[in-house]
Amino acid sequence: MAEMDVSSGGGHKKGPGVKKGKKLSTRVDLTPMVDLGFLLITFFMYTTTMSKPKTMEINMPYKDENMKQDDQSKIKASTALTILLSKNHRVYYYEGLGDDPNNPPQLQVTTFKPKDGIRDAIIDKKKRVDQMKQSGQLVGKDQLTVLIKPDDNSTYDDLVNILDEMSINDVRVYAIVDITPVDKEFIQLTEQANAGAQ
Amino acid sequence: MPKVKMPRKSTNVDMTAMCDVAFLLLTFFMLATKFKPDEPVTVVTPNSISDIPLPDVDIMMITVDPNGRIFFSVDNQNVRQNIIEDVNEYKGLNLTEAEKRSFKYGSSIGVPFNQLKSYLAADPAAQKDFDKSSTGVPVDSVANSETNELGTWIRIARNNNPKLRITIKADADASYPNIQKVIKTLEGWKIFKFNLITGLKAVPPGTAAYDQQMKGTAAK
Repeated sequence: MAEMDVSSGGGHKKGPGVKKGKKLSTRVDLTPMVDLGFLLITFFMYTTTMSKPKTMEINMPYKDENMKQDDQSKIKASTALTILLSKNHRVYYYEGLGDDPNNPPQLQVTTFKPKDGIRDAIIDKKKRVDQMKQSGQLVGKDQLTVLIKPDDNSTYDDLVNILDEMSINDVRVYAIVDITPVDKEFIQLTEQANAGAQ
Repeated sequence: MPKVKMPRKSTNVDMTAMCDVAFLLLTFFMLATKFKPDEPVTVVTPNSISDIPLPDVDIMMITVDPNGRIFFSVDNQNVRQNIIEDVNEYKGLNLTEAEKRSFKYGSSIGVPFNQLKSYLAADPAAQKDFDKSSTGVPVDSVANSETNELGTWIRIARNNNPKLRITIKADADASYPNIQKVIKTLEGWKIFKFNLITGLKAVPPGTAAYDQQMKGTAAK
């Protein structure tokens, strides 16, 4: 405010009695603020989650004790693919329902691997069902039906994986069914046969 | 040889830029993330291609840990209040107001009914310790039997809020018979539609779902 200083008159402004305002630096040391910032980042990284959990919707078949035999939907053996989940993430599958004792199904063993796994088996079966439809062997609403039977040694991971395969391969009709003793026997026999082959 | 004089440089670095970055990241983390819900056990969910987000409200969650222990929780505190009142009455537990409050503001329940009173009377730290060794909510494959306590919880919760969505959050290593018991219990109460909580994985190329996804993005 040197312009305002008119009281002294005279010519010289910078006498010994006039104090010059000391120029303070406008720089502030930001190091503590950076420390604080990173501390908060660390806190938020540890206590929060990035993504919202995703869910998979699942509809179980409607069940009622009073349901009449006629109301239950029947599956044609020619459109059915039965998948058995077993230990060590192994997957057994066979075509049809496996309910004919005179003609036991041929169990194939595979895994969830992306190539030559259960996915290819499902795609292959789906194609054949479509062909049968075109050639007139199947009519109308008939479509590939997958029966999923997890056994006692399978894990939740297997179940989710196989349900996922259903949505990956656009299989509309599938059901999680209890495993039957007959199916367990099939698995055992296949395991024995494979052990013998090795 | 003449001595080379090194010019003395100031060690002060301008922190403004670093400060900017720190707070930018901080803002990002604050906006993009959500606080982790308090969970009694760590559960690693399997992955699926499904990308339906979990709804925000009206959730009943059944957690299954790798050993098959079951924990039960409902998100809404008002509903929790009603549930504990009903459970108290139904089972004759003689819970005090403080114990009911402990349930209302607590997280998951993983104890049988006969231990519920002592569990709720404990402080949160002791409850956490107890969760590590508890047996979980008892369950069996018959839905409406008295020993199936999960069934009782589900029934009471649904009486209080029929809109509850039922979600199962199970560990990838949980064995199937344990999951089967939960599903059987739900079926016993005529619940045929529920959600499984999964992580997200990419849709494998060359499959039907991949083609659909491509079509969907092309249409947009």
